[in-house]
Amino acid sequence: MKQETADIVIESGPAEGEALVLTAPISFWGGVDPKTGAIIDVRHPQCGKNIAGKVLFVPATIGSSTASTILLELVYAGKAPAAIVLDQPDAILLLGLLAARELDLAIPPALRLGKETYAEFSDEYVRIGAGGELTAGR
Amino acid sequence: MAVDLSDEERIIAAGDDGAAMALRLVRDAAGLLGATRLIPIKSAHIDGAVYHGDSGTIFAEKLVAGGARVAVPSTLNVGALDLTGCSRQLLPEHDRAMAKRMMRAYLDLGCSPTWTCAPYQAGHRPEKGTDVAWGESNAVVFCNSVLGARTNRYGDLLDIASAIAGKAPDFGLHRPENRVATFVFDVGQLSSEFLASETAWPILGNLFGRVAGHDIGVIDGISAKPDEDQLKAFGAAAASSGAVGLFHIAGITPEAATVETAGGGQRPEHVIQVTQQMVSEARRTLSTTENPDRIDAVAVGSPHLSAEEFQRLEQILNGRQLNVPLYACTGRHVLSKLEANGVRARLETLGVTIVADTCIVVTPILPENPGSVLMTNSGKFAHYAPGNTGYAVLYGSLAECVESAIAGRPVLTEGRV
Repeated sequence: MKQETADIVIESGPAEGEALVLTAPISFWGGVDPKTGAIIDVRHPQCGKNIAGKVLFVPATIGSSTASTILLELVYAGKAPAAIVLDQPDAILLLGLLAARELDLAIPPALRLGKETYAEFSDEYVRIGAGGELTAGR
Repeated sequence: MAVDLSDEERIIAAGDDGAAMALRLVRDAAGLLGATRLIPIKSAHIDGAVYHGDSGTIFAEKLVAGGARVAVPSTLNVGALDLTGCSRQLLPEHDRAMAKRMMRAYLDLGCSPTWTCAPYQAGHRPEKGTDVAWGESNAVVFCNSVLGARTNRYGDLLDIASAIAGKAPDFGLHRPENRVATFVFDVGQLSSEFLASETAWPILGNLFGRVAGHDIGVIDGISAKPDEDQLKAFGAAAASSGAVGLFHIAGITPEAATVETAGGGQRPEHVIQVTQQMVSEARRTLSTTENPDRIDAVAVGSPHLSAEEFQRLEQILNGRQLNVPLYACTGRHVLSKLEANGVRARLETLGVTIVADTCIVVTPILPENPGSVLMTNSGKFAHYAPGNTGYAVLYGSLAECVESAIAGRPVLTEGRV
């Protein structure tokens, strides 16, 4: 069974969903539609996929400092990922979760896990335990 | 990692007002960033007032309702509406009302109504070495690189939170040891003809951003001193294609008297030798369409145009009428000059739409029209327009953009391989 333990960056309890493994860095602003969760950057390899409800694996973040607002709006619109797994925690992005928490919205957890492990979760259903354990399979 | 707050900070954070909410966000961001304390800041540039959905308005209004005010001079980046009335936004009624409420909330927090992504050309110029909290990636990179003030790439919620707290996490580019170049971006092999061309800076910026990622580089091989508009174009392109917060140019920018100075006393070992082929490749990737038979619009002004850039635009236009719309984005600091010297009226007669307070990639201004082609000379517009407007992008120089807008079809004359 495929399993990894990630560091919890922002706590929010257990989570689960289909994995969406990004294979290139993403800019949330201009890269993700805040109202639907669709990846809209035509230069991104996962363009056309939707991050809503997914366990989103992010190898790197790039681009505008508006990412936090996009993530806040995704949470508000109910289109946030079920969990966000990052190689490097990006404070600009994750601030969107902290602000959502200040507005008393339910937020997904954010975890740190080395990107070399992401491929093993590709196309899997992933469960995330309260201690940051990622398990593939239903 | 635990953040060590002062007694005063701890008391504020434990409250239930807007100041408490702001300080908690700065504290929690500091924790995410690995900072152990907060430091005082002298100014802020706030990128949080663009409407992307109701949550941003609700967030700002919660701060206002909690009695929060900015503690340091704070300029505002663009909003989603052109409050000057120069241009029209195609927002649905609900979004327009929420966008307007959001802009008002940021003014109620005490921010200045600058509404520009080029605050450094609107009089907001912190001194070298001062700590500030700026948002908007192009403003951040200009502030660090060209002014030598110190800021991280603040997200558009952390910037207002820091401005209210008057504090920022002690982290990253606030610390001198993190401002050192770790690679050389050597452009010395490129032709002087290319380096002197207008598109050199945005194209090199795009390339620099893609090779830099999060790293800091020093550009070597620049002999002619670039003007501020060229540095602005370079930084904006670099901060769109990569997570660039600071660059150095040997002999030009304030922390890079030499390559060695920028490298913290030694020449970085890692050297990227930029070739003409890499330049051609970067130029090609700025466009998402290759040989369109027509263009539907031209957009310039990301970052916002300066008065000098408007002069160039008017010179190239030379009184000729446009056949497709040309959107020229700028701030009030320039608009007031354009109104005083008659440039606004003359340009509008020729078919130019001036866009103030906002720009074409943050709010719907371009008519929705599947399959449309936008031409631009901005590396940043080229990067963001396809996702944010649905238009395909054709990249070219200002002269090419203007000639194409007159002809209604692409007129490309420069540097094609």
